[in-house]
Amino acid sequence: MVKKAAERFYLGLIFLFLYLPIIVLIVLSFNDSKSRVYWGGFTLKWYQRMFRSSNILNAFGTTILITLASALFATLIGTLAALGIHAMKSRGQAIMLGATNIPLLNADIVTGLSMMLLFVRFTKLGLSTVLVAHITFTIPYVILNVLPKLKQCSISTYEAALDLGATPLYAFYKIQWPQIRSGVFSGFLMAMTMSLDDFSVTYFTKGAGINTLSTMIYTEMRKGIIPEMYALSTILFFIAFLLLLVMNFASSGREHKKIKERRRT
Amino acid sequence: MNKWKRQFLAGPYLIWIAGFLVLPLAFILYYALSRSDGSLTLENILAIASPVHRKALLLSLRIALICTFFCIVLSYPLAMILNKIRSRHQNLIVFIFILPMWMNFMLRILAWKMLLSNNGVINSILEFLGLPGIDILNTPTAVIFCMVYDFLPFMILPIYNSMARISPDLIEAARDLGAGNARVFFKIILPLTVSGVVSGIIMVFIPALTSFAISDLLGGGKVLMIGNVIEQSFMQEYNWNLGSGLSFVLMIFVIVSMMLMNSHDKEGGGAGIW
Amino acid sequence: MDKKLVDLKNLTKSYDNSIVLDNLNLYIRENEFLTLLGPSGCGKTTTLRLIGGFEQPDSGQIIFDGADITALPANQRQLNTVFQKYSLFPHMNIAENIAFGLKIKKKSKQYIEDKIKYALKLVNLDGFEKRSVDSLSGGQQQRIAIARAIVNEPKLLLLDEPLGALDLKLRQDMQYELIRLKEELGITFIYVTHDQEEALTMSDTIVVMNQGYIQQIGTPEDIYNEPKNAFVADFIGDSNLVDGLMLQDRLVEVLGVKLPCVDEGFGRNKAVDVVIRPEDVELVAPEQGFFTGDVTSLIFKGVHWEIEVMANGFEWLIHTTQMHEVGSHVGLRVDPFNIQIMRKPENSAEEAVETDE
Repeated sequence: MVKKAAERFYLGLIFLFLYLPIIVLIVLSFNDSKSRVYWGGFTLKWYQRMFRSSNILNAFGTTILITLASALFATLIGTLAALGIHAMKSRGQAIMLGATNIPLLNADIVTGLSMMLLFVRFTKLGLSTVLVAHITFTIPYVILNVLPKLKQCSISTYEAALDLGATPLYAFYKIQWPQIRSGVFSGFLMAMTMSLDDFSVTYFTKGAGINTLSTMIYTEMRKGIIPEMYALSTILFFIAFLLLLVMNFASSGREHKKIKERRRT
Repeated sequence: MNKWKRQFLAGPYLIWIAGFLVLPLAFILYYALSRSDGSLTLENILAIASPVHRKALLLSLRIALICTFFCIVLSYPLAMILNKIRSRHQNLIVFIFILPMWMNFMLRILAWKMLLSNNGVINSILEFLGLPGIDILNTPTAVIFCMVYDFLPFMILPIYNSMARISPDLIEAARDLGAGNARVFFKIILPLTVSGVVSGIIMVFIPALTSFAISDLLGGGKVLMIGNVIEQSFMQEYNWNLGSGLSFVLMIFVIVSMMLMNSHDKEGGGAGIW
Repeated sequence: MDKKLVDLKNLTKSYDNSIVLDNLNLYIRENEFLTLLGPSGCGKTTTLRLIGGFEQPDSGQIIFDGADITALPANQRQLNTVFQKYSLFPHMNIAENIAFGLKIKKKSKQYIEDKIKYALKLVNLDGFEKRSVDSLSGGQQQRIAIARAIVNEPKLLLLDEPLGALDLKLRQDMQYELIRLKEELGITFIYVTHDQEEALTMSDTIVVMNQGYIQQIGTPEDIYNEPKNAFVADFIGDSNLVDGLMLQDRLVEVLGVKLPCVDEGFGRNKAVDVVIRPEDVELVAPEQGFFTGDVTSLIFKGVHWEIEVMANGFEWLIHTTQMHEVGSHVGLRVDPFNIQIMRKPENSAEEAVETDE
């Protein structure tokens, strides 16, 4: 019992460490006073100001555009690449996977800088260069999510479909696609997450004109903290929370069933 | 489509990595090995040995090591406790502890900057309790605090995953052969979670070593990590050759530490993030 | 073979409010090969886990070698388990796996080395000391799991469907291997399986279980020839299971035909279950048969023909060495000794049989 209490206490401590900063941000976003310590009454004015700030709204729009577009492109190229890599012999696979690991393992700052050096040589930095950079470092996440699914599904089912007279495209659509679909989807989500959370690569490839949320907050924070940021944090936190909750419940329902079945035997 | 033809589906990707991965790295190498007038030199790479740069690199290493250490020490017991929970809500509870990972990186820094500032919440609480305030903003301590906060979920998840993968049968087999709690931990659980710890280290140590945003915002220009030096030489001094040289050295550092880690991770894949 | 090694007294166990074992009583004699047999969910694995110490009973006692071990943790029990999925430690080589229990007992280095050699020889895997677990086939892994258990010289070895994951041929080989091992080592085995053939081949005693209740305890011959109820008859081997009416001692009515039998003491006009094994039905000329009917299917099985005959509204399964074409008209006879009469279930323990699929 003492052990159990100690475990609970430890869970609580880490929970506080992780969530106290977020809770403070949320509370301050409703604080009428600009002070970080004193409660000046409830207000929504920081939210109103946030929605009037073209700086924040533009960054928000740019972020969504870049996140969606880069994740879509990365999913397309990455899924095709996974299919191609899967068909290769082990030597080719090793080379391709080695290259795929580079952006994952390399320091973000080096990835960002190297692309900046290339881009400034041939074009002006802007939305398109950020987009290309994001696609580059998110493709690996798609490949690494799709490839294990391809390895799981047996090649014989695809060949069986061909044997039964299906065209390759039809066989892919009817046999392989359903088996890799979940991998493609989680690859897409992961690509979105990585793109959304990126700062370093964006910072070096964006040029002067545009900002994503990350770079906008960085610039603002260097000038000092404005309470509109608290409001923005609160909104972003709840968006992430809701999205993940929905995803989590969709999969945990299945998990729970599995556990129950296992217990019965 | 036969197997041979299907390889060509990787074509677009191959072109993409040639253009946007290999070529940029070649650019870094080119700038690193040349002066602004185009003549060849090694001085940009050797510049890492100058006192200022060496100090920055050593500070980065120190901060990254301390941060990784604290992440392991905090995460391992947590992962064990989470793994022991036998409840239908287990997934949800684990999810709660990694959720902050999905909160924007910058906002997590913002939260700590606000908490640690002179007139911030932590100091106010200390003052209220009659304790002396702490002035750690703009010191390496603040940077470490924020990094541990930032990277903790990236350590929790792989360790938890590797622990959840240990079949309960193995624990039972060990007990059946006479092993008590301590032996089960040291002989079975610990060796089987090494791969998770290694993945966690990779996901914490490398970003901590190469970060520049956290030290910039919480160090107030006084904590110069190697990332800051590189960023400044590009964005403020416009000395791209020097910046490329230092980036190149940093890349070598990352590769070497990865290889060191991977030699301990026999199972290869380790634990993915999802 | 007479001393009780394990005595289970009134064991009850439930998960999430569903009862898995209800007041189970069973003893295992020293040096016995006892098999717990039943379909999944019958409580056989739970019984084994209770003996192994991996679960605690809600109530009841486990006596082992004269001492109450109900509350003793698994690592302090003088018995070992061979797990269904082998459960070899993947981060240790074969020798380290086998040495695991001995190191805990602080045996000398020389002793451990000798034991490993001896155990590997016993399971026919000499020279495998340095191999990794992954490099072994399923059958080899299972042998190592057995070796790892027996080097500790347990008085009792628990085996939880150890052959379940192996293919048929390997399974048969391993069955003989296990019998040989048991004879060489002279230790008591408790074996869990859902495979009736495995149970019949290896056991001294079979305990047939269903839904948490013991249905029958007996030698393989008893269980096969004298099943106590319809569940056991149906679960063990193929059989023709029909409703009957016990008219009086030594006379039973089956499908409208009065048959002489050898059973007594059921009373008059009692509903009973009647079991007739396929190999006990004789095919004769129609006028000589108790029943007459037409052959509906014929399959060659190597040793015998498997024939189905539709007679008196029942599809009879018959094993015979003579061929009868599909469609031929035949008579069916049964020797009185080969008719097995069983009481219909009356109490809750027996009703468990009825609700089973």
